[in-house]
Amino acid sequence: MNLNKKLIASMVIGSMMGVAQAQAPAAPAEVKIGIVSFLSGPGAAPFGVPARNTAEMLADAFNNAKAPAPYNVKGFGGMAVKLVVIDEAGSPTNVVTEYRNLVQRDKVDIVIGYVSSGNCLAVAPIAEELKTLTLMYDCGSPRLFEESPKKYVFRAVNHATADSVGAALYVKAIKPTAKTYSGLNQNYAFGQDSWSDFQGAVKMVMPQLQEKTSQMPKLFAGQYSAEISSLLESKSDVIHSSIWGGDMEAFILQAGPRGLFKQSSVILTGGEVSMFRLGTKIPEGTIIGARGPYGVYAPKSALNDWYRSNVIDRYNAPPNLAAYQMAHTMMATKLAFEKALAANGGNKPNSDQIADAMRGMTYEGPGGVHKFNLSNGHQATAEMVYGRVKHVNGQIQLVDQKRFTPDQVMPPDGVKAADWMASKKQ
Amino acid sequence: MSNLLIVLIDGINYAAWLFISAVGLTLIYGVMRVLNVAHASFYAFGCYVAVTLAGYWFSHNYPPHLSFFALFGASFVAGFAIGWILERFLLRYQYAKDEVVILLITYAVFLILDDVLKLIWGVDPYYASDPYELLGTFNVGDMTYPNYYLLMIGSAIVLSLGLTYMLKKTRSGKLLVSVIHDREISSAMGINVGRFFSLTFSFGCALAAIAGGITTPTISVVPGLGVDVIVLSFAVVVTGGLGSLPGTALAAIIMGVVRSFCVHYVPQLELFVIFSVMALVLVFRPRGLFSLAEARKI
Repeated sequence: MNLNKKLIASMVIGSMMGVAQAQAPAAPAEVKIGIVSFLSGPGAAPFGVPARNTAEMLADAFNNAKAPAPYNVKGFGGMAVKLVVIDEAGSPTNVVTEYRNLVQRDKVDIVIGYVSSGNCLAVAPIAEELKTLTLMYDCGSPRLFEESPKKYVFRAVNHATADSVGAALYVKAIKPTAKTYSGLNQNYAFGQDSWSDFQGAVKMVMPQLQEKTSQMPKLFAGQYSAEISSLLESKSDVIHSSIWGGDMEAFILQAGPRGLFKQSSVILTGGEVSMFRLGTKIPEGTIIGARGPYGVYAPKSALNDWYRSNVIDRYNAPPNLAAYQMAHTMMATKLAFEKALAANGGNKPNSDQIADAMRGMTYEGPGGVHKFNLSNGHQATAEMVYGRVKHVNGQIQLVDQKRFTPDQVMPPDGVKAADWMASKKQ
Repeated sequence: MSNLLIVLIDGINYAAWLFISAVGLTLIYGVMRVLNVAHASFYAFGCYVAVTLAGYWFSHNYPPHLSFFALFGASFVAGFAIGWILERFLLRYQYAKDEVVILLITYAVFLILDDVLKLIWGVDPYYASDPYELLGTFNVGDMTYPNYYLLMIGSAIVLSLGLTYMLKKTRSGKLLVSVIHDREISSAMGINVGRFFSLTFSFGCALAAIAGGITTPTISVVPGLGVDVIVLSFAVVVTGGLGSLPGTALAAIIMGVVRSFCVHYVPQLELFVIFSVMALVLVFRPRGLFSLAEARKI
């Protein structure tokens, strides 16, 4: 009898414990996102830090369900977003090692990052090897998807071909009588690719333009006296420059007083980054790009108003193009994750499922509508905008803005950028 | 002809910048046999001090033309003070070690100071172009140049002549030359070699900082801006002959003019022309153009 009582008692207690165990709240699910961007070195201020700031602001807004629709679901589909932020500085070998650490040691679910095209191209095959969803938020190389198709790698913004083709289209629109052009680009992968793209774009859009000189100072040279003299001597109607960061600011400060911007229409494809810091130091007439409809070129919308005001409130500075690119990439990731979550019956989706959801997706960010419609749905496209600097009451404004549709500035699906420009030569 | 004149002006301007940037490095090596990699950090410190002071100066409407003295003076003082602290509390205890070890120590200092700069000024770029624009421009044919280039060239000439005068004509300079030739004999003759080391290192660091101060109005001051300077400075002093003032000046002029010629006529070669000049000189004169004669020790 005693034995039976003990048995019954232990069964009751055991079953109660079982129920208790079943009813215990599971550990809160979270989505770990690795954020990789320049936090030191010359790329930090113009790109890395503004992008990191936006990632942190958005993660907080998502986790507190403070973002507007369609991003108003808490976290990622109810799961808290946790960021693991690391510095992109270092050699590509080091960057690849850090990528592996993020995925294999820190167990991040998704990686968003990379400003340098060299780093993007180095990391992409590793992302495929580790089967980890990876979004390149800023790097511009069109070769990312041209060299081999990708399954886990995406880019939620335009690639750099849009910069060059948009610039050529803008020159055609505002200076159709131009006869000559020259370039000043930094002597490394991005600078050389940008110049090569612009040469191709000119042949496609304004074949009558004759090239005068191409200056390729080394990265972070700082001193441009001879280059400016050479550009002045060339008397080119148009000067193309993809120069960025401190180099771009030094070039503007040195070339402005020497009259280069009066003699030629100077295009700064990434000029938006330094626009507010330099203000009226950027001479009138300078053509400014933002790698897409970002910054002051972002279309008016409630989402854009919310995004800009939140960044300004938190960091006391308006978001620049790199910040917008990060915002777009974060928002595209959230939408794809939630779509995959729903398709997976509310269970946390894996990289394959999120990639399936993202492939070919259309989404709207603060810079307007973007579509993943190139490279088998892995490369997004957006409109391209350029404008000219005008000084108004001591403030800088961009006037004569021209917007170009995605199919005007990006190659068709399955066609390499260089081949597209060569085939469209007039 | 006018094109060649433009090439020459651009070349001399670049040479002046190269000389100003490199002279502190060669002075320290000449006297102490210390290859100071932290030279880059002192250059950067000079830039940050100058840009901060310029912002303050012009926002308070102080006399604009006095800003040059304030900028360069503040950079000099900052470089001298930090250099003195570094020599007094770190390097002084390392002189018995191999030159390579001391080089590695200065490299470590460079890395530390680079982070200190970020700690103080963050990663945002700063600029202070008012002094650059203040002096106006001059024309050579159709070409416009800022008068600030003349200031830079003048500064290089004054530095070069001043240092030469100091070394050749003053008592301290002559004592320093004896330390350069043989520190042991100099010490035996009653010269306070340690004091000369301390002063030379501080002064060399101050020259690096003043180079940063002079350059600041023409650039955007960003993290990492010293890295390129140490590489170029090293190329200049090695080509000129480590420790040689005239060698540094001549190497800077050759490199500046050759680079300018390349930019104007063969821009594809610009990236490596300076290092090509260095390699070419070292093939024929492995110790540089003006290597110092060394006393034979038995």
